[in-house]
Amino acid sequence: MTDKEKIISEKQLRKKTIISFSVFIVMIAFAIFGWKWLHKQPQENEAPRPLRKALNYNEGLFGKFFSNNHLAKTFPLSAAVKHVRVNGDEGMSADFDASTWKLKVAKTPGDTLFVTLDEIKALPKTEIVFDFKCIEGWSQVTHWGGVKFSDFAQKYGLNEQTKMNYVGLITPDKGYYVGIDMPAIMHPQTLLCYEMNGKPLPMNQGYPLRLIIPVKYGIKHLKRIGSIFFSNERPPDYWYERGYDYYAGL
Amino acid sequence: MKKIVKKHPLAIRWFHWINFPVIAVMVWSGLLIYWANDVYKVGWGDKTILKFFPDSFYKALHIPFRLAEGMSLHFVFMWFFAINGFLYVLYLAISGEWRLIFPNRKSLKESWQVVLHDLHLRKGMPPQKKYNAAQRIAYTGVIIMGIGSLLTGLSIYKPVQFHTLCAMLGGYEWTRAEHFILTILFTLFFLLHIIQVILAGWNNFRGMVTGFEVVPPPPPPTGGGTMEIISPSNELKTDD
Repeated sequence: MTDKEKIISEKQLRKKTIISFSVFIVMIAFAIFGWKWLHKQPQENEAPRPLRKALNYNEGLFGKFFSNNHLAKTFPLSAAVKHVRVNGDEGMSADFDASTWKLKVAKTPGDTLFVTLDEIKALPKTEIVFDFKCIEGWSQVTHWGGVKFSDFAQKYGLNEQTKMNYVGLITPDKGYYVGIDMPAIMHPQTLLCYEMNGKPLPMNQGYPLRLIIPVKYGIKHLKRIGSIFFSNERPPDYWYERGYDYYAGL
Repeated sequence: MKKIVKKHPLAIRWFHWINFPVIAVMVWSGLLIYWANDVYKVGWGDKTILKFFPDSFYKALHIPFRLAEGMSLHFVFMWFFAINGFLYVLYLAISGEWRLIFPNRKSLKESWQVVLHDLHLRKGMPPQKKYNAAQRIAYTGVIIMGIGSLLTGLSIYKPVQFHTLCAMLGGYEWTRAEHFILTILFTLFFLLHIIQVILAGWNNFRGMVTGFEVVPPPPPPTGGGTMEIISPSNELKTDD
């Protein structure tokens, strides 16, 4: 007989079994209770608070991996699809007047910059063909053109503003809005975009100007930018308020 | 009096029973996520044999329009899955238990004999230690699947930050499909595992909770019997 073996009475056997199963059942009860407890927690932006906290923790952790040297994979022009999927029309109300549009950039309270599309087009142009990733799970290789946000910020002297933690973008009708962390908006692939497949943006893709930010899910690629502002606190974010992760980074 | 033998160390029992609800939550939240882009099917051309998943399935389980909930659960419980799995593998390595789980030279041939035995096509099992050859292959396979789920999951979670990994796994869309296939394999493993546990009976199941198994008394000699009697009592000798 090895030290792994033992001779015990029926009674001892029953006792050992009952003790182990008692612990087992208590643990099952804990698991069920924990699951129910989780779902009864107060909601923070449509997610139970413990989950929200964990998502924010994930943001901090995976944000450390973030680097301007980590680029979204790019593709040859020929890989770009002709029919670009249109997903979502929040903030795209029909009464929009493109002829009077100017990009509004709130530098400081009381100091607002107005920039026309022609002025934006006069800045160095960057094109990108990348795999646009929707938070729903689909992706599509698409071709966009515009000015790097970082080039725009440099040209318009936003050095002080880009030292803050976040950028907020809002559609002209204020129906859709996103908040983006500064490292992501200053990433070299992030564009203030005015072209798709070499032509001006179609209306349903956010004419005259939209955000293309390959390091984020599609929900952050706000169409039809009305105004931009800077903040150290998280700016309001449409899908964040509906239970999604604020960071939504790839 | 009963003869009992230690079978599963306490650590392994904890890893096992923590893993079960954690994987259940991962599969469930994965379903909530997958619904938002449920493109996979079995078939060819326009012919679909099996759609993942039929609408009736979603409806019955109240899956539609819960993407945000699914993502928040998935990206929190992934930590429990990863940490528990990591500690389990670490434990296997340090304790030497891996010798009882990883297949050896004989496992491939013997696993076939085990399958034939389980299908009642063969009498008697090849001699074994803690696990038979088929179990060794299945349990090692499921560990590899777990590592696969972790890596494919990480590379579709942060495909830009882990672009090299994502590219190695075949790119974003392939990796998502691989992650899905692994989940299907996990559920198939689960079903087979449950069936086998039911067939193996109470003594075996109790072993996963209490850690010990009762050794059946040797049958009285009948003369001429060809059954090989397997006793797990020599389980920790690792001479192969």
